[in-house]
Amino acid sequence: MNENIGATPLVETQKLVKYFPVKGSQGQHVRAVDGISLAIAEGETLGLVGESGCGKTTLGRTMLRLYDPTSGSLFYRGEDITKVKMLAYRRKMQIIFQDPSASLDPRMTVGEIIGEPLDIHKLCSSKAEKRDRVSELLTIVGLNSEQANRYPHEFSGGQQQRIGIARALAVNPEFIVCDEPISALDVSIQSQIVNMLEDMQEDLKLTYLFISHDISVVRHISNRIGVMYLGKLVELATSNELNTNPMHPYTRNLLSAVPIPDPDKSRARSRELLQGDLPSPINPPSGCRFHTRCPLAKPECSQSEPEFTEHTPGHFAACHLI
Amino acid sequence: MSENRELLLSVKDLRVSFFTHAGEVKAVGGISYDLHRGEVMGIVGESGSGKSVEAYSIMGLLQSPGRVIGGSITLDGENVLDYNKEQLQKMRGNRISMIFQNPMTCLNPVYTVGNQIAEALTAHKNVSHADARAAVIEMLKLVGIPNPEKRMKQYPHELSGGMRQRVMIALALICEPDLLIADEPTTALDVTIQAQILELMKDVQKKTQMAIIFITHNLGVVADICDRVSVMYAGKIVETGSVADIFYRPRHPYTLGLLASMPRVDAQEYERLVPIEGTPVDMLNPPPGCAFAPRCEKCMNICIKADPPETDLGDGHIVNCWMEVPRDE
Repeated sequence: MNENIGATPLVETQKLVKYFPVKGSQGQHVRAVDGISLAIAEGETLGLVGESGCGKTTLGRTMLRLYDPTSGSLFYRGEDITKVKMLAYRRKMQIIFQDPSASLDPRMTVGEIIGEPLDIHKLCSSKAEKRDRVSELLTIVGLNSEQANRYPHEFSGGQQQRIGIARALAVNPEFIVCDEPISALDVSIQSQIVNMLEDMQEDLKLTYLFISHDISVVRHISNRIGVMYLGKLVELATSNELNTNPMHPYTRNLLSAVPIPDPDKSRARSRELLQGDLPSPINPPSGCRFHTRCPLAKPECSQSEPEFTEHTPGHFAACHLI
Repeated sequence: MSENRELLLSVKDLRVSFFTHAGEVKAVGGISYDLHRGEVMGIVGESGSGKSVEAYSIMGLLQSPGRVIGGSITLDGENVLDYNKEQLQKMRGNRISMIFQNPMTCLNPVYTVGNQIAEALTAHKNVSHADARAAVIEMLKLVGIPNPEKRMKQYPHELSGGMRQRVMIALALICEPDLLIADEPTTALDVTIQAQILELMKDVQKKTQMAIIFITHNLGVVADICDRVSVMYAGKIVETGSVADIFYRPRHPYTLGLLASMPRVDAQEYERLVPIEGTPVDMLNPPPGCAFAPRCEKCMNICIKADPPETDLGDGHIVNCWMEVPRDE
């Protein structure tokens, strides 16, 4: 976990909304991200957790303007980037994808893949300089510089993910969205990548948005954690605070569902199990979106939407019952 | 937990190879274990460790170019490997059932779920249509599907992922098998749904007293549900023991490495993870000696020369590691 966090926000969203139209319907939308305001400080790792379909990946991609927001605004170092041309900002903001093999072009060599961002942003004046930079990047991510001439299929999943990371690092970014970067990897390889991301953050002064459904990993790597449910942020707090003192009933349920690799603890704990499945984000429930599955739901919960408010310093939650 | 129980399944020196164009891949390289009635055994390993292949050979579901090339699988005193097609069909879904990782690809999209569950029952048992229907409703209730009369008329695509996995379990349990093989049944599900399915499986196991082989890469899930655990690496069981042995007294460096490399939600404070360095074994060209040796911090000279023998540490805790082998002299 990084300790050097700046005071100013590096990336900030204000009431960010991203709807996707549903094909063949009359004006229906998937409300993937529905009004999220948050700020990520320089040097911080903000973790984002939630069930699949809660909008965490969409939020990450919209923050990079890989999707154009439906409404709301986006700031980078205080500058409004909601509508600007992104090319200059792509040098500062990068992404690491979940599936390493799908995110690498099978017909390009590793050297070409990592060199492409250098060409696009004209960062190298000569071929020799580019070659040196590519081998430097390969070394940073723990690969060999001789491997630059090989193709992605010649590498294992963990190594492919390292290539994806090297490509993201090529332009010297400040902010990286890590979208489930270790979910597709084997258990023994996951920790290698997590440690590497932590080292890179320290050496290269990076800021991360770390998206994962694996709460144990998010808790390990993040300074603060945001919990999403059906396109809304329901709770936001420091990593420790969220674990020791979760306020929102959804967060409590989510935490108690995480398996613990310790037979005695795992069998002794009482679980608050969540019933049912995630409702459709096309027609989210009225009021508090969680009320259909909430064990504590009261009549008011289905009528009015709870405000996302600060309950203790730095600990935000949206629930009528707190 | 299992000492006084009747032996159900006994696997002896099972070897499975895939004969590919690139050469022979020894997916399972000689594994042995006993499973008693009512016992829940976990098989943990990374992808490519042979854990699923091993389960497929029990079910007789191994496909070309895979072949069992040695060993025996004894179910209630009979060698399953000697079964012909008809005998295998009588066994599958009846005495042994299996549930898979992805319920969507395992359910038939053009039949209602009720139809599919009833089919499993009528294929093995002589029951009337009305009785089968009643049994299906009963089973859907058991696996926690609300409103079973309505749900049984629906098609798989109308159900959520968690519901489909419940249907898969109902389908597997309808003939009251002695053994359920669960191959990563919760891996494709969200943690909240995973917890529901695990609770359900524990519950059903208590009621029916069937044995379960639970294949997973998730040690947290194993800790929750299993009595005994086998850890596999590169087609071999490297350590086997009770869950307490594996989690509190692990001896094999790979087991130790797996436990140390996992971030834990119950950790008190931040601790840097200790990864297992190196990459998984290339099964086409496995290293000589112990397959884990190239990644092992405690690798000795002998480890790269010869395969380690089994060492029994007592109470069924068995380790395949040279460090545990007592020296003669």
